[in-house]
Amino acid sequence: MSASQEKYAEAQYLEAEQYQAKTRSGKIANYVDQRVGGTGMVREFGKKIFPDHWTFMFGEVALYSFIIVVVSGAFLTFWFDPSMSTTRYSGSYAPLQGLEMSMAYATALELSFDVRGGLFMRQLHHWGALLFVLAMAVHMLRVFFTGAFRKPRELNWVVGASLLLLGMGAGFTGYSLPDEVLSGNGLRIIDGMIKALPVVGTYISFFLFGGEFPGNEVIPRLYSLHIFIIPAMILILIAVHLFMVVVHKHTQYPGPGRTERNVVGYPIGPVYAAKAGGFFFIVLGILCLISGTFQINALWNYGPYDPSPVQAGAQPDWYIGPFEGVLRLMPGYLGPIPLEFNIPTPWGGNSVAFPVLAPMIPVAVLFLGLFIWPWLEAWITGDKKEHHLLDRPRNAPTRTAVGAAVMTNYFIMWGMGSNDLIATHFQLSLNDITYWSRVLFFVGPVIAYILTKRICLALQRKDREVALHGHEAGVIEVSPDGGFHERHKLPSEYELWTLVSYEAPEPSEPRTNAKGKVSRTEKFRTWLNKIWFEDRVEPVSREEYLEALEHSGDHEDGAPKSLEAASSGGELGSGRH
Amino acid sequence: MAEHGNGESGAVVTAGEGESNGYAIDNPGLPPHRPRLADVDEKAAKRSERQVATLFLLSIIGTVIFFVGYFAVARMDQFDDYFEGMTALRVQNTLLGVGSALAMLGIGLGVVHWARTLMPDHEIVEDRKPLRKEADRAEAEQIVTDVIDETQIKRRPLLRNTLIAAALLAPLPAVVLFRDLDTSEDFGVERLRHSLWAEGVRLVRDPTGTPIRAADITIGSAMHVIPENLREISGHGERLSEKAKSVVLLMRMNPDDFNEQIPGREDWTHEGIIACSKVCTHVGCPVALYERHTHHLLCPCHQSTFDAAENFKVVFGPAGRPLPQLPITVDNEGFLIARSDFTEPIGPTYWERGQTDPEGDFPA
Amino acid sequence: MKALSQKRRHPFAFVALLLLGLLVTGGLYAAATTVNQAQASNTPEGYSAEQVEEGERLFTANCATCHGPNAEGTDAGPSLIGAGAASVEFQVGTGRMPMQMQGPQAPQKPPQFNEEQTTQMAAYVASLGAGPAVPDDEWLDVDQGDPARGGELFRINCAMCHNAAGAGGALTEGKYAPSVLGVEPVHVYTAMSTGPQNMPVFSDANIPPEDKRDIIAFLQTYDQQGSPGGFSLGALGPVSEGLLIWTLGLALLIGSMVWLTSRSS
Repeated sequence: MSASQEKYAEAQYLEAEQYQAKTRSGKIANYVDQRVGGTGMVREFGKKIFPDHWTFMFGEVALYSFIIVVVSGAFLTFWFDPSMSTTRYSGSYAPLQGLEMSMAYATALELSFDVRGGLFMRQLHHWGALLFVLAMAVHMLRVFFTGAFRKPRELNWVVGASLLLLGMGAGFTGYSLPDEVLSGNGLRIIDGMIKALPVVGTYISFFLFGGEFPGNEVIPRLYSLHIFIIPAMILILIAVHLFMVVVHKHTQYPGPGRTERNVVGYPIGPVYAAKAGGFFFIVLGILCLISGTFQINALWNYGPYDPSPVQAGAQPDWYIGPFEGVLRLMPGYLGPIPLEFNIPTPWGGNSVAFPVLAPMIPVAVLFLGLFIWPWLEAWITGDKKEHHLLDRPRNAPTRTAVGAAVMTNYFIMWGMGSNDLIATHFQLSLNDITYWSRVLFFVGPVIAYILTKRICLALQRKDREVALHGHEAGVIEVSPDGGFHERHKLPSEYELWTLVSYEAPEPSEPRTNAKGKVSRTEKFRTWLNKIWFEDRVEPVSREEYLEALEHSGDHEDGAPKSLEAASSGGELGSGRH
Repeated sequence: MAEHGNGESGAVVTAGEGESNGYAIDNPGLPPHRPRLADVDEKAAKRSERQVATLFLLSIIGTVIFFVGYFAVARMDQFDDYFEGMTALRVQNTLLGVGSALAMLGIGLGVVHWARTLMPDHEIVEDRKPLRKEADRAEAEQIVTDVIDETQIKRRPLLRNTLIAAALLAPLPAVVLFRDLDTSEDFGVERLRHSLWAEGVRLVRDPTGTPIRAADITIGSAMHVIPENLREISGHGERLSEKAKSVVLLMRMNPDDFNEQIPGREDWTHEGIIACSKVCTHVGCPVALYERHTHHLLCPCHQSTFDAAENFKVVFGPAGRPLPQLPITVDNEGFLIARSDFTEPIGPTYWERGQTDPEGDFPA
Repeated sequence: MKALSQKRRHPFAFVALLLLGLLVTGGLYAAATTVNQAQASNTPEGYSAEQVEEGERLFTANCATCHGPNAEGTDAGPSLIGAGAASVEFQVGTGRMPMQMQGPQAPQKPPQFNEEQTTQMAAYVASLGAGPAVPDDEWLDVDQGDPARGGELFRINCAMCHNAAGAGGALTEGKYAPSVLGVEPVHVYTAMSTGPQNMPVFSDANIPPEDKRDIIAFLQTYDQQGSPGGFSLGALGPVSEGLLIWTLGLALLIGSMVWLTSRSS
């Protein structure tokens, strides 16, 4: 340590000693700071700016519902006993009295009927879990469609996707804990899927269940995953996620005064803190309201787990629904040909349950795509810049279309997950729904892609139209010489800025590598790049705008210019970066 | 261009700054701050204050409702009449839910309303700073290079290679530790081939355990059946695991309704009574739905449909194999018994399913 | 196509259709009565000869079109010989018969006949051949039943089609298992003993009357106890719960978010 540094440190100590806080809270803060530090935090965060938009709140909902789920779950652990040893039920619920059941089921019933507020907390925990995954999913959709995952936030996107997966894992392990018939059959499906995995599947199943399904072991094992391992991982990833949000600062929608180099919004103290803090109570209040008025997972209906019974309407919670649906979608036979086959081997043969394995492919593609999307998109577009201003979804037509296609695919799998209920409630044939969904599974995303892209482009053209000619006022005017035309109201410069400040690059030329050649990968990339960018609507250029401004003064001038005429002049503006 | 607000806070965004070049107009900057009613009218501010206070009072009322729900409604076991107890539980649950919802929403809505109407609403502009400066990055790179050089790992490949080998092997004990997740005596895939069914084992009703007289079964019946020797298994988990392999569905149809039978199965039925494994060959749900006129068996989980009149072949859905049939006959008292175990492993397909059975029970 | 649909909407079209219907049924009735007069009927136990006779008259007028003049069955409807009084009690008593139109399944609707007429038709069908009888009141007295045992039997034998909470479920090709909640005990019993439509038969040898009574007791208890946790959302399980959180839950959230981030006036 150099002399000057030592002196500096000395001065700091002295300063800390001498500082006399003026207010009461200042004194407390001073006391704490002298022992653990922390004024830096207050200085950093006290006036930190957060942009305000309702779509930015879903991440908060996810965080808050996670806290609610953890706290309500902790309450449940005081009564719930995750044991598969048996007991004879003697609690308050009459239709199950005297039946042999596991301690897990018996204590879940005790919580529901013999602990005051236990049913409410169970429902709060379950509704909270549904909301937790829902909020993560919607948050992720918002991030995707606005392009918030782009540099420098790619890694945080991956953390978010991992959180979604973990949230689903936490949900499924919790769903299985009460050890009744519904969740038992859910576990049995998982067992069947694990057994279908080539080479290792059978043994993974043995190790998970401690022998053959269902055995004596699985509930306690799921319990330690559910209350310890998965929540701990979620907690760590949430910390990483929030840390990165602070490092990156929040993104913001394009608009007047907003640039790539600033953040416009409200400071944490007091407005944002009050709103975010108040919002926690709102989320909790909404969940309490739902938990008090809507019954969830009436586990006393299902009875203790037994491998023989099953029930109509055997479904998982919503976030597992698409995976259930895609299992239902897959045919076991193509005409007379079974899709399940044996690989002949000297020891007789190994069996491949293709009808169980095939549905795992779209699910794997979905999640793999989720994880690599930020890099995939940057590779296709060649965009290596930092982005802090969001895209309006219409201004990234191809990304929006891809997102809509994937969502359509997901919705079809999701619908298939409840095809029996769709059949009974809309008086359709179960089989017909399945046949149609098999077609739609492939055709639906294509239609959605084309439609969404066209809608985005049309909205962009509408933006151009408004920027150049104003809003249609709905007032028809007659000019002195008898001509009719509609009056247009020109947008304010603030609105105009939002409409014109976007980029629509043209497809790029293939880049040569070190040897001066265009590689095959690069050719492929250029092809994708062309698909990505070839349909584009040029933003309004300065020249066009000025020209339109001149015309807007004199309405007598006659016919409004056609859009095509306007966009043909767009080349002038293509020099921007 | 436009300065934000009335100048109390916020930075000024100037035209032509940064990327606004090339757009039709320059970035006009933040729109002027529009004062709220509460900012200019003290009455409106007072009104907001009263509204917020009312919401906080509502929250207090909500907490009181919660306590009323908790203490004034008795627990279920304190009721003599079961149905009264259930009604009380529902009332209690609703009071707890509505009470706590009011308590939380009162605070939440109140605080947010306070922030929206009374706290400053000037948007503030903060500059973004680059994450790390170029110079820092170069320095960091240099440090890392130096550290690696000082370890001499590049000059001494022996150290490097043995370290890699050790590091690759070191985690293996942690994996091996999990071996005893399954300590069963009959560890291995063999156990998946066999169920409790064997020659002469009686078919009994699930869950009552009563044997079934063939003559008692009317045409169009469906019965849920377990092997009689299931009750001899003592442990609960062990019994469930055996039951999971042995559950059987028994149907009786008009013998004329049978379509072609697989050769060798002619004597597997008894006067139109036919039995099959209830475990789906897809992923293992109980295939328990029997339609007596179509003779179709439907699995409620993934809707695999099997035709009981035609060797349980798959007619719809994701199952890739017919349900295994249980060969049955009657004993000399007229009760239904099994002729043998299933002649193939029941339930979902697993990797080793096609292997030759060392005990030779099944044809390869 | 257009011309046809216009004609269909003609005010006289309804009258014409009604006349045609009356003509057809009247003709069939006339034809059937002449055949049936020759048939001697033996009176089943528990019914009077008048009931059988009156029941036969009702049958010929209302059912013979599909089930044949002697209840021997036609392409449109099965034979009722040996169907038993219980079948009539269930099918006619729940309004499923007479059928409104051909379809995958006859739905429940308001009964077309009163109790007396239903009993008369039951008597007639019982006279055709031995079949399941309408149960004695003893087996319908839920106070003697054990709901816990009934629940276990229900989950093993019934829940796979009718849902664990009795809310019903889908079968293949547009068929379905209806809800069993709010159904009269006698209809639950007779449905089990006769196996209507595609439902399997649960004869007294399979599920003895005591067990049937337990099942009925379970259903009655379940019906009466309500849903302690609040609205049951149709007791359909996770699908309706997911739907609720994605509709009401999300709507409440978005509403509060939009309010929270909007500027105050």
